[in-house]
Amino acid sequence: MTKKANLNYSVQEMISKNKKSNSLGNLVEKLVPIFLLFCAIVSVLTTIGIVFTLLKESLTFFTKVSLKDFYFGTEWSPWTDKFGVAPLITGTLLITVIAICVALPIGLAAAIYLSEYASEKVRRTIKPILEILAGIPTVVYGFFALTFVSPLLGEIFTDMKIFNALSAGIVVGIMIIPMIASLSEDAMSAVPRSLRDGALGLGATKFEVAIKVVLPAALSGIIASVVLAISRAIGETMIVTIAAGATPNMTFDPTQSIQTLTAFIVQGATGDTSYHSVIYNSIYAVGFTLFVFTLLMNILSQYISRKFREDY
Amino acid sequence: MHTNNTSKLKNRVILNKLFKLLFIFATSIALLFLGVLIYRILSQGLDYLTIDFLKNYPAPYIEEAGIFAGLMGSLFMIAITAPVAIILGVSTAIYLEEYAKQNKFTRFIQVNVQNLAGVPSIVFGLLGLTFFVYMLELGYTLIAGALTMSLLVLPVIVVAAQEAIRSVPKELRDASIGMGATKWQTIWRIVLPASIPGILTGSILALSRAIGETAPLIIVGAAAAIYTIPDSIFSKYTVMPMQIWSWTSRPQEEWQYVAAAGIIVLLIILLCMNAIAVWIRNKFQNRY
Repeated sequence: MTKKANLNYSVQEMISKNKKSNSLGNLVEKLVPIFLLFCAIVSVLTTIGIVFTLLKESLTFFTKVSLKDFYFGTEWSPWTDKFGVAPLITGTLLITVIAICVALPIGLAAAIYLSEYASEKVRRTIKPILEILAGIPTVVYGFFALTFVSPLLGEIFTDMKIFNALSAGIVVGIMIIPMIASLSEDAMSAVPRSLRDGALGLGATKFEVAIKVVLPAALSGIIASVVLAISRAIGETMIVTIAAGATPNMTFDPTQSIQTLTAFIVQGATGDTSYHSVIYNSIYAVGFTLFVFTLLMNILSQYISRKFREDY
Repeated sequence: MHTNNTSKLKNRVILNKLFKLLFIFATSIALLFLGVLIYRILSQGLDYLTIDFLKNYPAPYIEEAGIFAGLMGSLFMIAITAPVAIILGVSTAIYLEEYAKQNKFTRFIQVNVQNLAGVPSIVFGLLGLTFFVYMLELGYTLIAGALTMSLLVLPVIVVAAQEAIRSVPKELRDASIGMGATKWQTIWRIVLPASIPGILTGSILALSRAIGETAPLIIVGAAAAIYTIPDSIFSKYTVMPMQIWSWTSRPQEEWQYVAAAGIIVLLIILLCMNAIAVWIRNKFQNRY
């Protein structure tokens, strides 16, 4: 009888002890999700911070310079109070167009080769090597553009400036090749084998399979990768700062020196600009323009890959 | 009729071969770019890459210029960036994968992370300039630069960690819960250990991007000429890419060779980090 009571008591004691030690555990169980949520909110706060800082300083800028002068003015010369952003935008466009002209054919051809022709072994070797190109710091590309590509092009085009849009654009193109190649290859590899086998069985050549079956089926992924690459080219800073020059020029002549949106932000931030001067505010207005461009491109890319995805 | 068909077939086969060559050619051009880039940098920089170059501070004379300040600056910066970005990033990933309910707010965080990854790095520099440098009054200090870098690599780490956590099979979690473990015990003792290789690989790759990044640090005020290594988180600092940039933009041609030597040091460090990441992935990859 006493033994049984004892036993009862010890079980109850064990349970209450257990409850006590568990209360710390319970606290952890409750606090951890709150801490994790707090961390997750940091990324949201970052976005809010970006939009807020860009907007705030841009609005200050637009109290000093009118919106009309900024977006429709055609001369950018902040040190003499001329704030027409058009030359910076055409400069950015010029670089982007040259870069895509280099990267699209090479990247797409490499993707088709890797996905449709290459053996598994070749694919596994070449793809990581191509991806090294994506890991090289942009300051290294800038160095390469200025010290190698520019002098080389100077031999061909005699009236070429040392700092020019062409060499910077080509090197930005080299930088985004792996992006287009890798993402497009992923999209093509995702096309099911049965589609290829069907076409091959009907007597199509590998080239016909690639162009008429795989490419259309993977088109959404390919376009998304190109749009993403365009966004990277627009936002690229160091290559254009080092190799494209610092003369805001409203020209589409690639042998000329130009300035991009990003390159001006670097120039404006490193130059002798005091806090809250017009030039200080202007780098935010330019940054905001840049942010909107790249954001639109990213959203477009996500939209394309979601909307036009072919599911098999 | 029959001969017509054969000649058509012949054309198609020839076209196939032609384009195969073209595709191979394009791929080799991409590889050629990489080869030329590396060859150029090695041939220009190797002569200038000496022990003194690694030990010296930046100097106005080519013979005395070195990358020591940049090297140490980059290491100190990563020493701050890595814990901040990894703790924030992995926590966000755990929240999104394990705790978050499938609602609009969760989707918003997810889309937000994706879009942050696409924001140009220089815009992060502008955020750092306003928020860390001016609003928190940190000035042009190591901590301001390192925190800006943390925010820059955060989305990359979140996405990598999410993928790693997602690849842990549900059976492992169910078994742990079934044995009486609580949710957090399951995450801490089962899910995280199983996903650590993936998380580490992604984090190292993200941090190697931070080491090579220049643009945002220019904006938040990393200096080019620093003659000491940082002695506190509030010191002025420089990093390797800043040194390379400042050497590249000098007009005298000889400085290019110094810049090339600096680039070799930077690339060697990146290569080591990538090798470690690949090694971790291959060594500890769990197949379920």
